[in-house]
Formats: sequence, C-alpha cells, structure tokens
Amino acid sequence: MLKALVIDAGKCTGCKQCEMACSLENEGEFNVAKSRIRVFDFHTEARFVPYTCTQCAEAWCQQACPVNAITTDSMGVKIVHDNLCVGCKVCTIACPFGTVNYNASTGKVIKCDLCGGKPACSDACPTGAITFQDAEQGGFDKMKVWAAQSANAATHEGPNTPKASQASGSGH
Amino acid sequence: MGWTGKILRVNLTNGSVQSEPLNMEWAQQYLGQRGLASKYLVEEVDAKCDPLGPDNKMIFATGPLTGTCASTGGRYSVITKGPLTNAIACSNSGGYFGAELKFAGWDMIIVEGKSPKPVYLRVADDTVELLDASEIWGTSVWHTDEWIKSKHQDPMMHVATIGVAGENGVLYSAIVNDLHRAAGRSGVGTVMGSKNLKAVAVRGTKGVKVRDGKAFMKATNDGKKVLAENAVTGSGLPTFGTQVLMNAINEAGAMPTRNSREVQFEGAHDISAEAMATPRKSDGQKNLQTNQACFACTIACGRISKIDEKHFTVVNKPQYWHSSGGLEYEAAWALGSNTGVNDLEALTYVNFICNEQALDPISFGATVSAAMELYELGLLTKEQTGGIELTFGSAEALVKCVELTGKAEGFGKELGLGSARLCAKYGRPDLSMTVKGQEFPAYDARGIQGMGLTYATSNRGACHLRSYTVASEMLGIPEKTDPLVTDGKPALVIAFQDATAAVDSSGLCVFTTFAWTLNDIAPQVDAACEGNWTPEKMAEVGARIWNMERMFNHRAGFTAKDDQLPPRLMKEAAKTGPAAGLVSGVDKMLPEYYQLRGWTADGVPTNETLSRLAV
Repeated sequence: MLKALVIDAGKCTGCKQCEMACSLENEGEFNVAKSRIRVFDFHTEARFVPYTCTQCAEAWCQQACPVNAITTDSMGVKIVHDNLCVGCKVCTIACPFGTVNYNASTGKVIKCDLCGGKPACSDACPTGAITFQDAEQGGFDKMKVWAAQSANAATHEGPNTPKASQASGSGH
Repeated sequence: MGWTGKILRVNLTNGSVQSEPLNMEWAQQYLGQRGLASKYLVEEVDAKCDPLGPDNKMIFATGPLTGTCASTGGRYSVITKGPLTNAIACSNSGGYFGAELKFAGWDMIIVEGKSPKPVYLRVADDTVELLDASEIWGTSVWHTDEWIKSKHQDPMMHVATIGVAGENGVLYSAIVNDLHRAAGRSGVGTVMGSKNLKAVAVRGTKGVKVRDGKAFMKATNDGKKVLAENAVTGSGLPTFGTQVLMNAINEAGAMPTRNSREVQFEGAHDISAEAMATPRKSDGQKNLQTNQACFACTIACGRISKIDEKHFTVVNKPQYWHSSGGLEYEAAWALGSNTGVNDLEALTYVNFICNEQALDPISFGATVSAAMELYELGLLTKEQTGGIELTFGSAEALVKCVELTGKAEGFGKELGLGSARLCAKYGRPDLSMTVKGQEFPAYDARGIQGMGLTYATSNRGACHLRSYTVASEMLGIPEKTDPLVTDGKPALVIAFQDATAAVDSSGLCVFTTFAWTLNDIAPQVDAACEGNWTPEKMAEVGARIWNMERMFNHRAGFTAKDDQLPPRLMKEAAKTGPAAGLVSGVDKMLPEYYQLRGWTADGVPTNETLSRLAV
C-alpha cells in the first residue's frame, strides 16, 4: 500500500511540534529552520497550514536534477542522495510547490523523505492535523464529511423504491 | 545543554554589541529566563535607579526548554525595573519570538543604556545590528512587524516591538511579539521606549540540543500525555481559552466589578467563552474563529477572533475586519466587568487596539474603571475628560479611552498614568485597586482569600501569575482548599510562588501547572540540562528567586507597608454571592507568611534565610 501524508489544516493550531520532530529526526537537534515540513500562519484568516512534499508520481525535482541525485524508492518516495547532490538548486526551482529547499550549512538540498515510512511529524502532531494514510484513500474522510452534509440536507420521504418512470420503462 | 551558553550584550548608548558566555554557575542556581535574568539584573543594576533612565537595563531571556519540543517550550521573559511599580518587573510571553531567539544561538539579550535616536535591533544568528527606526517610530505594532519583515525580505523573522504607547511613556506599555502575544505587565514596553529601542527582530537557523535526547523524548512525551488527559489543559483551555473562567468566577462571587465595588457582574455571560462561541444575532458569525497554539504548545488556549464588520467600533475601519488575537479572561474582565461593559464586540476591538498599540489591557481596563468611579463621584468632570461621558457600562467611553491612551492625547494622557497615580492626582488614592502601583487582575480578594495574599506579596505588584491559588481554591488543583478562609493560605501561596518562579525560569508556560507539578516538569528539565534537576532542586531555585526579587525591592525602598491591599477590600464587605459579608483577611495572613518565608516581622528576609538559600 502506498501511503501519504494527509494534512487537515482545519485541525492545525500552529504549535510547530511537526517542525521540531522533523528537524530532530533529520538534523539531530531542534531546529525549525531546517524542517522539511513548514507551518504557515495565515493570521488574518485564522488559519494555520502545514505544508510539505507531496511525493509527486512524476516529480519535477527528479527530472530537473542534472546529476540524478534524486531517486524513487519502492514506496514512491523521492529521496535526495547527499553523496550525489552538488547543491545546484535546480530542483528547488523546478518544484512547483517550493518543498525542496537548499540547506546552506551542508551545501545540499533537503526535502521530506517520509522518514523511511514512519513520518516523525504525524507522530508528533497533537491534534491529528497530519496523518499518514493509504494514498489511494486520502480523500475518504473529506468525502464522508460531505456525504454526511448531503445526507442531512436530503429530505427523507419513506422507503426508497425504484421511480415509477424507471419501473414502467423497464422491459420496453 | 538546553542553554546555548551565550549572551548578547547590546549597549544602546555607544551602539556596541558583544557576545559573552553565560554564567553557568548562576544557571545552576537560577535555571534560566526569569530567575537567571533577574540574577543578572540584580548584579548589574542599582535597585534605586530611575526605571526610565539610561542606568536601567532590560533583559530578553529564554529558558533552557525554550526552542525544544517540550510542550509550551517557547516562552521568553523581559526582566527590568518597572516604571509602573518601581519594583523588579518580569513579564512573560509566548508566540514564536522566544524560540527564534534561541535558534539564533542566544539565551538572552541584555540591553543597556539609551540610544540617541530611535533604533531597532536585528539578530540573524551571529549577525547583530542596530538599525535606524525613524521610519517606524510612531507606528503601530502591526505596521512595525510588517515593515521589518518586508525591509529584510524575511517573512520568517519574529518581531517583538513596542507600539506608540511605549514611545509616549504610557506607564503600562507592553512589548508585543508575533502581533498579539505580549510581555504585558509592569510597563516593560515603557522601558523599551525610554531607551529609543523600537523593536527586536530575530531570525535563527541554529539548533537547540538537549543533554540526553532519549530521556528528553520520554519525559516530554509523558508530559504531553498528562496535558492531553487533563480536563483543563486537554479540553477546557483549547475549547474555551482562559475565558472558561468567566462564568465560574462570577458565580463564585469573586469577579471584581465596577472597580471592585461589587463582586459579581450581571453581564458576565454576555462576554464569556460561551458568548464568543455562539453565532452573533447581528451577522450570524461567531466572534471566536479558532484557537491558536504558541510555539511547541499542545494546549493551544489562544483565541483568534473577528469583529462584526458592522459593529460601531469598526464600521468604516476595514483594517480591523481581519482575524486577530481575541479576548483572554483577564482582558475580558478588565475591559468588561471591571468597567461594567457587556458588549463583546467592543471589548474585542479594545483588545485589538491594546495589541496594536502595545498596552497592558489589565492595567488599562482597571485604570478606566477607577476613572469611571472618580467621574461618577464628580471628582472628574466632563471638561477634564475632554467631553467623554465616563460612566460605568459605556462601551463608547471605553472605546474613546483606548483610542486616546496609546497616543497620549487628551484625557488619554491621564489614563496612561495608571490607576494609582490617577487616583492620587484626583485626591482619592484609596480608589486605586493596586498593590505596589500595579492594578490587580480578575479575582476578588474577598471571594478568593489566597489571591489577596498573592497580590499583596507579589514582587512585581499585584498579579495573578505569581501564585495562582485560584487553581487550588476554585478548581481543586493540586488539592481543593476553601476560597473563603485564610487558614493554610500563607503556606499555599508560598508553595505556588516558589513552583511558579521555577516554571517561569524553565522556558515553559505556567498554564501547564493546571496538569503538571514539579514532578512532571523536573524530568524534562533534567533530561535537557546538566545539574541533576530534581523537583526539590526546582522548588529551592524558586524560593531563591523569590527572595532575590524581594531583596531587590527592599533595596529599591519597598517595605511591609507596600504589602497592603486597597482599603476597599479590607473594609467594604462583598455584597453578593458566596463571599457576601466577607472582607479580605490579608492582615491575618501576612504575619504568618513572613514567618514561614523566614523573614522578619517587617517582611525583610533574614540573613539566615538568605544564606540558607544562597541568595
């Protein structure tokens, strides 16, 4: 099963526990400036939005890399190999989402690699705003919410039977 | 580790900046933030200095857990001699600024002297510069924050700044960071203004390391679990914010109302957490938009509110139509019940202005309240208020007051003096609800007896955040005591004061103590820092800090006479509610408090006490 980070911005409080978990996992210290996931504070809109790499199936970063330093693992994760990366930053330009970034202290680029299949950010999130789910079912919860709204809006008029027109139309 | 081990010293008089090592011996005795910065202040500043003169210093200080994943580990404090009180001042703030300062590699910034012209301090890791602030002097917190980020093309910066109130010498000016989090009390922003320092803008890309990573993750995860499972920190605070208290404290008859003439407010429900979360009749929208966490906080009690665009306060003022920091309990009380105003939208607007101009809403609201009483007694005339009909319950008057105070225009200039100086000026010092010149907050000392002793003995003037015995007396944390009796309260107050001083020195938020005791906190500190940090060591550090602060005030000229509550609380009994017929028993509690503290009958720490605690 291919799994992906699913982000529900409506649950985010802006605490940045995800950024700290990410930097601890990847840098061995608490350092949000080096986090692969970022929480954006849309203060005037009362919204906090975590954002990170979506692991595109056909990744711009990967295709732009001139030295093939970005590979895809068996789970579809795009991984930067530090021994190959030359720090040219072309991938940071190629990525339409801005989620590949240059790390000046190492001279390499950094991006989310899903922590090898156990993302520290989703473990650290106290409100369930970041979850790690089956990539093919990422929309399930949202579908359910909307379906429930439709259910509430619908008027219930007794047993659901085939419509007369359909019933009478059958057999012709 | 935990500490970065580095201090930034900035001299505004000659424009020099230098790095120096943190005194690690003192760090073992005072931990960080409030305690450690107070130690520096006490060693370096004459207690008798003019708080608004160049000899006073101000220290922006983080704790060892600031910038870590410990829940709420993002706090910083500003320590200085306060102009409202002339006592030691220490104001604590959340948001993201404190953690950013730590990530830039600094435990604290010591600011000395006075700049010849307005400047702001930019700290980007090891790059530190004092820059011309003439373009932002005279502008608001919100404008300054935006201007600095745009000027340096760095939206990731975090800015702590004064508004116009601090520039204009309003004695309870705050320092606001991240637009609406504040080091709010005692006029720390006034000191900043007196130094011609507009703002401190920080960006950090360095890491914070801890002593034992594995033990730290275990201790902090254990702590987060306790917070999540506790009814107050896991449910009450995130859902309702501190405003969860509004109806409860009112029903307990402990809500100072109309300058403490009464202890219950008939409009409390209109300005409560429940009201904030109920769709308005006017536009069908809720005042409360969402909650917000400060850095690393898994509680998330912060309120983000939006004012009804058609409300009289903001009609034709689209700059206030966006969401911003909403009402906390103390602000809702000070601006609301204390002035008799039950208009939630008006209070939210006044709170926005307090953030935008960097005013302490507690002292501001309490000062307006005192002025309203003077006005109703005829001691202040409509001529003197510049035409403001300053009656209790008038939202229009409250709004006019806040618009004038930060700018120090008209009657706002008088309000900027604070309640003690205002009441003295108009011949009724007894009407000022203050201790050591600082307005007390949202708990009546008749209805919650421990808070009377808390206000009387607080080293920064009347304050709830020095020993929040409300937790015990109202909520039963850590154990229930009777709010209406004085028995046992001196020991309770001391235990809260010492534990709080330790928490305020760690980088954590005192709100964790609704769920955590020092037994939960010490393992987190110990895993981050060298020095075998047990709960006992934390409590001893707290007691040491308390006595050190007391000695600073003693040298500044404070005596036991300054540990008194306003006569109203001693003579006029509560009229309604559970405390009806009661006055504060603080006079009964003080002698026992002094004795338990190891102080003389005049409230001075004995040599024996000072040497026992190695102050």
